[in-house]
Amino acid sequence: MEMTGEYRIPASIDAVWQALNDPDVLKQCIPGCDEIEKSSDTEFSAKVTAKVGPVKAKFSGAVTLSDIDPPNGYTISGEGTGGAAGFAKGGAKVALAEDGNETILTYDVNATVGGKLAQIGSRLIDSTSKKMANEFFGKFAEIVGEQSANDAPAPAEEPVVEAAANAIPAAPNAPAPADRPDMGDKKGLPPMVWVGGVIVLVLIALWAFQQ
Amino acid sequence: MTATGIGASVKRVEDFRFLTGQGNYTDDINRPNQTYAWILRSPHAHAKITSLDVSAAENAPGVVAIFTGKDMEADGVGSLPCGWQVNNKDDSPMAEPAHPPLVIDRVRHVGDQVAAVIAETKDQARQAAEMIAVEYEVLPVVTNMATAIQGGPQVHDDAPNNLCYDWHIGDKDATAAAFAKAAHVASIDIVNNRLIPNAMEPRAAIGDYDTATGDHTLFTTSQNPHVIRLLMGAFVLNIPEHKLRVVAPDVGGGFGSKIYHYAEEAIVTWAAKKIRRPIKWTAERSESFITDCHGRDHVTKAELALDKDGKFLALRVDTLANMGAYLSTFAPCVPTYLYATLLAGVYTTPQVYCEVKAVFTNTVPVDAYRGAGRPEASFLLERIVDRAARETGLSQVEIRQRNFIPNDAFPYQTPVALEYDSGDYGSTLDQALTAAEVDGFEARKADAAKQGKRRGIGYSTYIEACGIAPSAVVGSLGARAGLFESAEVRVHPTGSVTVFTGSHSHGQGHETTFSQLISDTLGIPMENVEIVHGDTGKVAFGMGTYGSRSLAVGGEAIMRATNRIIDKATKIAAHIMEAPEADIEFKDGKFTVSGTDKEMAFAEISLAAYVPHNFPHETLEPGLDETAFYDPANFTYPGGCHICEVEIDPETGVVDVINFSAVDDVGRVINPMIVEGQVHGGVAQGIGQALLEGCRYDENGQLITGSYMDYTMPRAGDLPSFKVGTHATLCTHNSLGVKGCGEVGAIGSPPAVINAIVDALWDLGVKDMSMPATPEKVWQAIQNAQ
Repeated sequence: MEMTGEYRIPASIDAVWQALNDPDVLKQCIPGCDEIEKSSDTEFSAKVTAKVGPVKAKFSGAVTLSDIDPPNGYTISGEGTGGAAGFAKGGAKVALAEDGNETILTYDVNATVGGKLAQIGSRLIDSTSKKMANEFFGKFAEIVGEQSANDAPAPAEEPVVEAAANAIPAAPNAPAPADRPDMGDKKGLPPMVWVGGVIVLVLIALWAFQQ
Repeated sequence: MTATGIGASVKRVEDFRFLTGQGNYTDDINRPNQTYAWILRSPHAHAKITSLDVSAAENAPGVVAIFTGKDMEADGVGSLPCGWQVNNKDDSPMAEPAHPPLVIDRVRHVGDQVAAVIAETKDQARQAAEMIAVEYEVLPVVTNMATAIQGGPQVHDDAPNNLCYDWHIGDKDATAAAFAKAAHVASIDIVNNRLIPNAMEPRAAIGDYDTATGDHTLFTTSQNPHVIRLLMGAFVLNIPEHKLRVVAPDVGGGFGSKIYHYAEEAIVTWAAKKIRRPIKWTAERSESFITDCHGRDHVTKAELALDKDGKFLALRVDTLANMGAYLSTFAPCVPTYLYATLLAGVYTTPQVYCEVKAVFTNTVPVDAYRGAGRPEASFLLERIVDRAARETGLSQVEIRQRNFIPNDAFPYQTPVALEYDSGDYGSTLDQALTAAEVDGFEARKADAAKQGKRRGIGYSTYIEACGIAPSAVVGSLGARAGLFESAEVRVHPTGSVTVFTGSHSHGQGHETTFSQLISDTLGIPMENVEIVHGDTGKVAFGMGTYGSRSLAVGGEAIMRATNRIIDKATKIAAHIMEAPEADIEFKDGKFTVSGTDKEMAFAEISLAAYVPHNFPHETLEPGLDETAFYDPANFTYPGGCHICEVEIDPETGVVDVINFSAVDDVGRVINPMIVEGQVHGGVAQGIGQALLEGCRYDENGQLITGSYMDYTMPRAGDLPSFKVGTHATLCTHNSLGVKGCGEVGAIGSPPAVINAIVDALWDLGVKDMSMPATPEKVWQAIQNAQ
């Protein structure tokens, strides 16, 4: 499966950056997201539960980041498993570019799928991934855009986090801002972007599994 | 001929219950206190299981038990057995790797069984299965046969180079000598596409254990319940026959895929005793795609040597046959004794040599599917004959006529073991030429050309071997079973009859055809006849239904038992009517004393047999109930001619089957309507193989044609109204003279379709077309040729 996309987010690159570091924001964008954990600077995992019709499945995605080239992009690889639904694994290139007051996010995903996901979804996987990605980034852009508008006078880290915390209940496993002080200091995109990408794959898995 | 006798187109008596939703299929059966099984399957084509943790799943709601391969292994459960041993060229036995019902520590195809979850409901079982934590160490995958035998990843450690066997038949040297003298050699590369069987009813199984008696019962979607009882009881679960009953009730289609002993049958039977409750498992359609045995999947190189007159001198064939990840029940015999032995076809080719390598790959096991080996043989042969005609300038009709086995040559011994008993290939061809209106083809082709379309006509004069099979012959060839059939004809006191047959009906209409045999022979109404099948608790023994054997083998057993009934009834009639036995005549259901007006109805004799007040007790026992076992002396050899006319839109590559004519020699026809229906179904499947159906794996061993979105089954709109006819020559070694009709359609039709496509496109430079001939492939071939 190959998937490319581009999203224009009505926020500054810094605001996008912050939001992509915010597990609460990501959780909000990913339906059924139970947790997102950072196990090291380059390793993340996420768990998503979804229920459609009579079927409920738990998906786990693990992601590692490599070839970090701040601020231009990096290569990421990950794997999402969904039990009987099969698995998805792959790599992607993700990049952010500043365009005036807005930010353009592009991604280029290459993935293979296995098990029921491949069996049922192979023909529809491209169009469905696109749809899933649109939903995810659409929601992301909306949230970040809102935050950006609200916080326009003070685009600092703290208010953003507060805004996110107000928006949804904090997850038990969500890292506190103090746990990730260095994230905001690095140039380039945080791995959380790719967590989103993997979640997209996982969502495709979910979609396929329900068929 | 009576209205319900032999030769009458009686409507199928079973259809009322099927069409009104009153069939009794395995999934319709529910046992008290029943649980449900869900099988956790591998998403990987090849992997080592490094850890398997069921503890979380065991605590899920509704879970009764979870079993793994190690549980079954610890309990002494055996490997799923293979019923046919094929030997290598050096006479050593084939590689026969173990096939555990649940894997021990390695999965070998997507869909392989990893664990069985038993719960109160199916949804609970499925949800618990999600909680089983399996860690896989992914291993290299091989799906391509050529790679597999050339040092590709090893599917089984005990099958070096993934070779199951390297087998051959025929005289290699004599064949080479014939090629050396040839005036022309035609050669062709053939891929016989892998097919996924799609019986309307998915597989299902219910295991039930009676704690009071220790009896096991398995309800299952099988074409041969006695075979399952034998294989599962003796080789897998160690349950003796008298404690194991296998019931295959109404079964919604099989096409071969329900012959085999499947893991789920063993799992539910074994586990039902463990948990002391019944367990039902029903496949979902997407499970069927990755667990029902697939069909075909041959890659072949063939050469045909001809003399200057277009007479065939020799045929040389080299085939790779995919076995999939494990040996299914009858897999080894399909690309050998059901394939290479048919390579003489209907032709007098004096020398045939065929080599077959059977190969393991990380794919679903492959076994018999409607036609089983014979479609592969007829496709190869009819394609290469078509090619030879085009290369030598002979017409498609002429090259066949020059090489047909003549009518006076029967019985005809082929160079590849079989001896054909009867046939009339020339007349069958002539009849088909008339049916297909071949005379008008050129005009139709010209008309089509005016519309920018290309018409083609394709021929197939095929033969098959069915009526499977003479036990001594197949035994000498490696079959681990006899292939006779049994029948019991039980006449009740008031003259109605129950027939217990070992043949199993899963769409063939046995309840009608067999009743017609009884009605015709005993002169009683069809509604007085009941056909019982599919239950080892009722039917003494049976080898089941496959290889178009039900009428030729099972029907003959019924006839033999019925004739014994008549013999005994005649003796009773002679006693009661006080006449010599030789003077008793039985006709139209009445016993008469010749030359007198004395007569007794069949029911009067049956009553006398059960109320034996006036009865020849000195020489006969009471009752009227006879059993026969029939083992055929030879295979039967249906054959025929299929002619297909296609119209191709070169702009889109769409192939439209305009006309399909089939004239088949199936021997004597008992019920023409049923024969026609069987041919219709077979031709539809054959056209499906030729145009639509193609099973595809990706390089990782993932099945990417795993649903009806990607695997295209033929629909009514894809098919023309078939012209179906018969031209009977009688089988010489059964009393009915029948040959079998279940597979002819699927065997004869694919080469006719592809030959028609090649005919339409040959002058553009398209020399070959692989199956399925999808619009994309046809369009691409046209573009490439131009």
